[in-house]
Amino acid sequence: MSDARMGSIPAGPRIKGKLSRDDLIMRGSMIVIALYLLITMVFPLYAMMSKSLSTYKFDLAAYEVQVSGEEGTVFSDPVTFAELNETQEALHAGDLLAGSDGRLGVTQFFPDFSFRSPVNYRIRNLDEDGRFLVGSKLIDNTDWLELDSNTFRRVQLRPKKDIGLGNFTTYFSTPALSDSIKNSVMIATISTIITVTLAFWFAYALSRSCMRFKGLFRLIAMAPILVPSLLPGIALVYLFGNQGMLKEALFGASIYGPIGIIIGSVFFTFPHAFLIISTGLAISDARLYEAAVSLKATRWRTFWTVTIPGARYGLVSAAFVVFNLVITDFGLPKVIGGQFNVLAVDIYKQVIGQQNFEMGAVVSVVLILPAILAFAIDRFVQSKQVALLSARSVPYQPSPNTRMDWIMFGYASLVGVFLIGMLAVCQFAALVKFWPYDLSFSLNNYQFNKMDGGGWAAYFNSIKLGLLTAVIGTSIIFFGAYLVEKSNGFRTGRTIFQMFAMLPMAIPGMVLGLSYIFFFNNPDNPLNVIYGTMTILVVCTVTHFYTVSHLTATTALQQMDREFESVSASLKQPTLKLFSRVTVPVCLPAILDISIYLFVNAMTTVSAVVFLYSHDTALASIAVLNMDDAGDIAPAAAMGMMIFYTNAGARIIHLIASRGIVGRTQAWRKR
Amino acid sequence: MPEVTPADPAYLKIENLWKAFGDFLALSNVSLDIKEGEFVCFLGPSGCGKTTLLRAIAGLDLQTRGTVHQGGKDISNLPPSGRDFGIVFQSYALFPNLTIEKNIAFGLENTGRSKAEIAKRVASLLDIVGLPEQGRKYPAQLSGGQQQRIALARAIATNPGLLLLDEPLSALDAKVRVHLRHEIKELQRKLGVTTVMVTHDQEEALVMADKIVVMNHGVIEQVGSPTEIYRAPKTLFVAGFIGEMNQIPAQAGAADEVVIGGVTMKSQSHGFARGVPIVATVRPNDIIPHGDGAHLPGGDDAIQTEENVLEVLVDEMEFLGSFWRCRLKHDCFGDGELIADFSVNAVRRLELSSGRMMTVELAQTRMLAFDKPEA
Repeated sequence: MSDARMGSIPAGPRIKGKLSRDDLIMRGSMIVIALYLLITMVFPLYAMMSKSLSTYKFDLAAYEVQVSGEEGTVFSDPVTFAELNETQEALHAGDLLAGSDGRLGVTQFFPDFSFRSPVNYRIRNLDEDGRFLVGSKLIDNTDWLELDSNTFRRVQLRPKKDIGLGNFTTYFSTPALSDSIKNSVMIATISTIITVTLAFWFAYALSRSCMRFKGLFRLIAMAPILVPSLLPGIALVYLFGNQGMLKEALFGASIYGPIGIIIGSVFFTFPHAFLIISTGLAISDARLYEAAVSLKATRWRTFWTVTIPGARYGLVSAAFVVFNLVITDFGLPKVIGGQFNVLAVDIYKQVIGQQNFEMGAVVSVVLILPAILAFAIDRFVQSKQVALLSARSVPYQPSPNTRMDWIMFGYASLVGVFLIGMLAVCQFAALVKFWPYDLSFSLNNYQFNKMDGGGWAAYFNSIKLGLLTAVIGTSIIFFGAYLVEKSNGFRTGRTIFQMFAMLPMAIPGMVLGLSYIFFFNNPDNPLNVIYGTMTILVVCTVTHFYTVSHLTATTALQQMDREFESVSASLKQPTLKLFSRVTVPVCLPAILDISIYLFVNAMTTVSAVVFLYSHDTALASIAVLNMDDAGDIAPAAAMGMMIFYTNAGARIIHLIASRGIVGRTQAWRKR
Repeated sequence: MPEVTPADPAYLKIENLWKAFGDFLALSNVSLDIKEGEFVCFLGPSGCGKTTLLRAIAGLDLQTRGTVHQGGKDISNLPPSGRDFGIVFQSYALFPNLTIEKNIAFGLENTGRSKAEIAKRVASLLDIVGLPEQGRKYPAQLSGGQQQRIALARAIATNPGLLLLDEPLSALDAKVRVHLRHEIKELQRKLGVTTVMVTHDQEEALVMADKIVVMNHGVIEQVGSPTEIYRAPKTLFVAGFIGEMNQIPAQAGAADEVVIGGVTMKSQSHGFARGVPIVATVRPNDIIPHGDGAHLPGGDDAIQTEENVLEVLVDEMEFLGSFWRCRLKHDCFGDGELIADFSVNAVRRLELSSGRMMTVELAQTRMLAFDKPEA
């Protein structure tokens, strides 16, 4: 400080404020919710990471054996299996790699072994932590054990656990596995380019032209959000599959593979890109366009110097969101990917198909990296966008231009037909008796109880999951956002909490689901009672969709006067009274938005829950997947459309409820 | 309200307060006594630490060091809810979804009052702030000035010992602001509640305060009554911040003399050694215009201090409604100008217009000398 009168602060302890009861309650609650996120996200992820680094190998040098002669009483000198293997060359180094539940028979080290021979064997562990099985009995001490040859036949060595990058080495040296990285990135990149281009012009048509039916088009653009990502896959099978209506349109190319994945990805990511880009276009300043007109800039020049720079943050943000959605999506490539391997499906195959949990964890780690990168760039770009909108900006009002308006209308109609067409095909497929042989309509495909996949119970489970997620999730997330926004001091705690709240968005659903297996299915974890129940599905879904909801809540809370808490404290009223009497009612629109978001996502999600459902808690979205897998494609389409109608209904109820509740409790908004 | 012993007349006693935000010192060693029933204004430019000081008193942002006593009780580290104050913010912070009545009643609930008592108290508070019959409306249905009065009613509802006002009028337009100034001052006098108001508007402070605390760069520059602050600023900052002020580079002369461009004039006595570079100050309305008869002794236009008379050129004149602002030139100011405010009457009487010469006197009693600020 240049001012001479300003000394420096004297040494001594800082004043430490006494905490009020409210401060304690708020900090306590924040810690509870942070713990919730720790248990439902950080710990499982840690379990997964450590799983990916766990390698299992048979250590032949860890066991000693003695063999008797024919008489069965005189034993040879002790010898290890490693020494035996050296002479026999029974096994190579690669054969000794194993999974966590690998077992290795021992008779192969004795070429003249016969279970009828009178020869006896002695075996023991050399190390304290050596383990082998006799039948199903685990031997983990170092005492000699004498066995006749018929019993010795049933001895199996157990692998030793080690920490290292072995799994990753295996992964990257196996082209069948590591090729998926290339495939995934390619699919995601192409889908991103197509979706962002389509969505940009669609948003441009809606915001910069005077074409008709804008409201309807906006509604159509949002429809894909209401269905699971695998539904377009089913539609594509009907359109271009082996018995597809438009099979010839592909000129012999197969829809099962990259083409199908890309078309489907464009469908299900369209609304996300459209939303972000139209926000970017909506905040453009009309004064810039007026300036361009007064400078006699051409339409083309105006587009490149005003429109695109204004929307560039939206475009970049949309691109990363779409990339992230495609690369982490599981349902669509599962349905239509054919032999084309992508990362998300690899996780599923490794875990469900081959029971190779370590390799599943490795693929998860590989998948997390691009997802986190895309997420980080998106957050960075979004933080830049805030400054664009100044309070004095004048919103742009398009002026009519018949030719341009018709071109835009034509374009929007094409996109609209694509989006609605996919849903219509599914609905058609669901109602047709037996495609393509009997085209009469029936409701046979809705008799879900006659198919595998969970039946109608799965549908009602989904609704239950949706409602529970909406109610519990909204409560936890909104209260958590309130605590982090409005607590006094406790800066470190709040920063950590904020970090936890942002993390779920970067974690692909498949990875989260797999992490839950590792963490909650561990018999040593007292929380494993929730494994296989509805609870774990709710917990997983809430955590999976935490971030967007948290951001919605935070935005709403930041619009509240910062001094409400100060006033309430000066009036000596408990903060929780302020929370329930003022904060919640004022933020009710945001709270309703969060609940419908959670409900719709709980209805459509496949990726996280596919590892976690049990026989009693099968879900509609999973049923679509399983029925499709079993070849019951028409019922799968029918179930997918049930999800669509349910979500559409929920949206309508949400709209009516919002209007009603807002009308009643937000009377203060009107002057 | 706690008893205040006569031995310690300060109701609010702030001692050696420091507040650091990282490396930035928002308050350095601030000490201040406020008597019971006083209306005190913290005045200063933005970033001077006045709001920080208010928030430390309220416990909203704790000071880094130092103590605050209210009514003899050490409240230095208490949370806001453990202190005894009502507060009004610039944004009013009225709860938008609650009616006016419920806003005012918010602090009365859970205090052992019956519903009837609360309703009675709310009605009387609405009367006090002059807005009866408005209780069932929502805040958004009221004008800014009305909202501010409701915020005031809510703050005093529980009879706090201390009323804190954080720039309460700055969001209002000029006319409403002037009107509310008087109402708040009136209300404060009637209730006798010790009040601290933060403002950057010097006029507001001069009109409302019993005592003004002028702050700059986190230190208190001066504490005094409005007239003391205006007439006898202790530092050049205060002199320049409150009202208009000519700041003229000069040297110290004798103990009551300043030398401006070679012209020696009489001033209030100062402690500077002869020849030291200083800044001489005089307010535009302390420059007395004189007519032709001024040099005659005994006339009503008589000159008080002959040394302080200058023959100046009227360079520019600006009409500001109730007075004329004139820029005066004289060799002793070099390239600088002397700004003088003359009444409309004086301008008419002396037939002043730009380009004319005239006689002015720099009032000796208002001529002050200050340290030259480092460049």
